[in-house]
Amino acid sequence: MARMKFLCDAERCIECNACVVACKNEHELPWGVNRRRVVTLNDGQPGEKSISVACMHCSDPPCAAVCPVDCFYITEDGVVLHDKDLCIGCGYCFYACPFGAPQFPQDGAFGVRGKMDKCTFCAGGPEEDGSEAEFKKYGRNRLAEGKLPLCAEMCATKALLAGDGEVIADIFRQRVLCRAERDVGAKNVSPAPWGWGLAYGDKKP
Amino acid sequence: MHDKHWGRALVWALLFLSLIAAPAQAVPNSGYWQRVREGASGYTAVQGQEAGELIQASGEVWRRWRNGPLALAGEIGLSGVVALLVLVYLLRGPIRLTRLRTGVMIPRWSLGERILHWTAAALFLLLMLTGLSLLYGRRLLLPLLGYDAFSVYLSLAKWVHNLLGPLFFLALGAMTWIWLKDNLWQRNDWHWLRSLGGVIGTGHPPAGRFNAGEKLWFWLLLIGGSLVCFTGLVLDFPLFGLEREGMQLAHIVHLASALIVMVAALGHIYLGSLGTEGALEGMVRGKVDLSWARQHHELWLRELEASSTWSGKARPEVVRPDSFFKP
Repeated sequence: MARMKFLCDAERCIECNACVVACKNEHELPWGVNRRRVVTLNDGQPGEKSISVACMHCSDPPCAAVCPVDCFYITEDGVVLHDKDLCIGCGYCFYACPFGAPQFPQDGAFGVRGKMDKCTFCAGGPEEDGSEAEFKKYGRNRLAEGKLPLCAEMCATKALLAGDGEVIADIFRQRVLCRAERDVGAKNVSPAPWGWGLAYGDKKP
Repeated sequence: MHDKHWGRALVWALLFLSLIAAPAQAVPNSGYWQRVREGASGYTAVQGQEAGELIQASGEVWRRWRNGPLALAGEIGLSGVVALLVLVYLLRGPIRLTRLRTGVMIPRWSLGERILHWTAAALFLLLMLTGLSLLYGRRLLLPLLGYDAFSVYLSLAKWVHNLLGPLFFLALGAMTWIWLKDNLWQRNDWHWLRSLGGVIGTGHPPAGRFNAGEKLWFWLLLIGGSLVCFTGLVLDFPLFGLEREGMQLAHIVHLASALIVMVAALGHIYLGSLGTEGALEGMVRGKVDLSWARQHHELWLRELEASSTWSGKARPEVVRPDSFFKP
């Protein structure tokens, strides 16, 4: 069984934000909610790097560890999902998550949090696959249709990869080998995919 | 000569600087990504607080403290104090009246004081139960209730906790207002404390309207409770640009001080009900027996007698020995 992972190649991301827009459109996310964002470090300086980040679907998710109602579950593909019917909107996952993934779109008066929303790896939720209820709560379930997350599918430079961890790690390894010569002495090149040590406890691709 | 000195100083300074700068310079890439790991921020087109921060490192610290030492300390503290109180009740039993009741009742708590006390008590218990449910419910209640029912309960608990918290802050302020004067520390309180209110040695040390134990509880509740309430308000209203790190810190302080106050509150509840004969009726009916007042708050009684707004006269009393172990 595949273990789904995200990988963002900081050498390729050009900060076009297509992944952000694709995600927002595909899942018909409400105003102000972005499950994915692109961050540019050292913006405008030599050696700037851009990274697209959303829920990384960690191996041992901190959100799940602190959830007081235990609403998180991990699919057999390794995707971290949650049940919005159980979520009480306490915000603990938002405190715990290192990647800033949890969003609270239905904020009420005085900042009262509604149900948490986050990237589902385009895998929907506990409702029946492809159902209207699932779409309304969690967005499109592309995995059930045999498709990969749209953000990565859309990525023009193929900086953002989504899929079986071993397959995308191979692609990344191949890239590192091919550009090794160019990367010697280059600034801020990481030989390991960004965030993998933290999300998957796995420093070497 | 001077040049030589300056030259040597320069070499040392460079060596020193290279020592500081070496780790970052030797492996420039690792330094860059290390800074990201530690919470470096960048530019992002996505609007939102802290959206530019790729990795927030403090979340892990918060999670470890909450799920680890604090949850454990709460477990040990709360179950420990309950076990201790059960043991005290079984071995020592309640502190009984050493003299028979006189039938002369002395007003101790006004109606306003009692309403305030029980309002605060009810709020405290509700906040304690809902708060503990948020921390331990997943382990203790979820297996009993099942996912759906527990989620409904905890959702309600969250609302109760968030809405009643500010009310408790008001009650705490009011209690401080009316009871602060009587809870100022006095010299005889040390005397009371040294014998633990008569547990050590013989005889009950005299006490004013509040004995040293009650005063300690008052100050612990005032300080600990204020911390809980203040951090609770911060968490209750995640407005005003507070970032995650601030919320995490507020939550840790909230949890730690709440657990300390809860442990003390259990002691207060025991001593004010099962633990002391005649204490509860004072807070319920407002009046205490003369014998009780003499035994527990002699200095207060003397003050009352001096001011003499009551007409009760002490009757001949029969002394009943109060042994450590129950007869």
